[in-house]
Amino acid sequence: MTGPLPVRRPPPGVHPPLHYAPYRATEVRHPRERLVIVPQTLTELTGPVFGHDAVRPLDHDLTRQHRGEPLGERIIIEGQVRDEDGRPVPNTLVEVWQANAAGRYLHKGDRHGAPLDPNFSGAGRALTDATGRYRFVTIRPGAYPWQNHPNAWRPAHVHFSLFGECFATRLVTQMYFPGDPLLALDPIYNSIPDERGRQRLIAAFDLGLTEPEHALGFRFDLVLRGRQSTPMTG
Amino acid sequence: MSDLTPSQTVGPFFAVLVDFPPHGPTPAQPATAGAPLVTIWGIVRDGAGDPVPDALLEPWHPGLGEVVRAPTGDTGRFEFTAPRPGPTPGPGGTTQAPHFALGVLARGLLHRLVTRIYFDGEPRNAADPILALVPEGRRGTLVATADGSDRYRFDMVLQGRNETVFLDV
Repeated sequence: MTGPLPVRRPPPGVHPPLHYAPYRATEVRHPRERLVIVPQTLTELTGPVFGHDAVRPLDHDLTRQHRGEPLGERIIIEGQVRDEDGRPVPNTLVEVWQANAAGRYLHKGDRHGAPLDPNFSGAGRALTDATGRYRFVTIRPGAYPWQNHPNAWRPAHVHFSLFGECFATRLVTQMYFPGDPLLALDPIYNSIPDERGRQRLIAAFDLGLTEPEHALGFRFDLVLRGRQSTPMTG
Repeated sequence: MSDLTPSQTVGPFFAVLVDFPPHGPTPAQPATAGAPLVTIWGIVRDGAGDPVPDALLEPWHPGLGEVVRAPTGDTGRFEFTAPRPGPTPGPGGTTQAPHFALGVLARGLLHRLVTRIYFDGEPRNAADPILALVPEGRRGTLVATADGSDRYRFDMVLQGRNETVFLDV
């Protein structure tokens, strides 16, 4: 029986290590045992198929989910999801969540003293089109303090969740903004070993995506694991 | 170097995701009408023995192409209900015992952990090609124990004694 092609394993240094002391929460949460390397089976190489009814028409627009408009700087985030061979990943679910313009999440666990915005929930979802492209309209999130170390502040970011073609291509990451002085101080961002890898999480300001009199545009492309070319190599 | 997008932690504030359909709170909608359901619950603990109250578990049903989202609560407890998986083809003509693939996301996890949930009392476990790669003394961490009819318990330990086996897929 010929099954789906396996996906390539990420080279070392692409993803952060599970133990990264400057990010304190990793101390008691990283496994000490080595991960057990296993072959990819049908389990890892198949995944959810998303129907178009999985996403409602306004789910991608976080500024239009309430009666009024949220406060803050309106932005557009647009990008393409590809695999390592440059092939677009169509019809895959992209989910985002973020703090509001004041740096506050709509979440019972967020104790930051910044105000909530009754017109902003901070969650959106979209399916990529036939060319792997997605688009969100939102507001620029604020930086916020956290308890990792004295005077710790997270740089402004938007959380991204992607599925890709199968269980093995699933990716959860964060998008950052260019020129943010907090990036150099952030243990989560700096847990990525490779400087080029870190740069790939910074969206690019794009005047072409910017809509006059309406919103600044940012481009954020994502690359998921690609399939091996033959079942037995690699 | 690859162009792969690096992983980052899911953080503690993902609850908005769980509220979205179709990956809403449990129980999952069975993809096949009348398929027998199974419920799995358990407690997730960290290396200090404390419950992990902000993990997001994503069990995937092999074959159905369904994913469920099961967040842990204040006591580290999660629970989900999904169609009961059957045996599936494995590599080299083998048969995989019934299992869920499980993705684990949490604050403090810089990338997703992956494990599997097998079922206690399932005779096909003995010939499962993936379980066979796990050191025998640790296999038990991947096997849910019966807790009533169509109900199983699967506790997880992220670090330390009885640490759950995590897989590199």
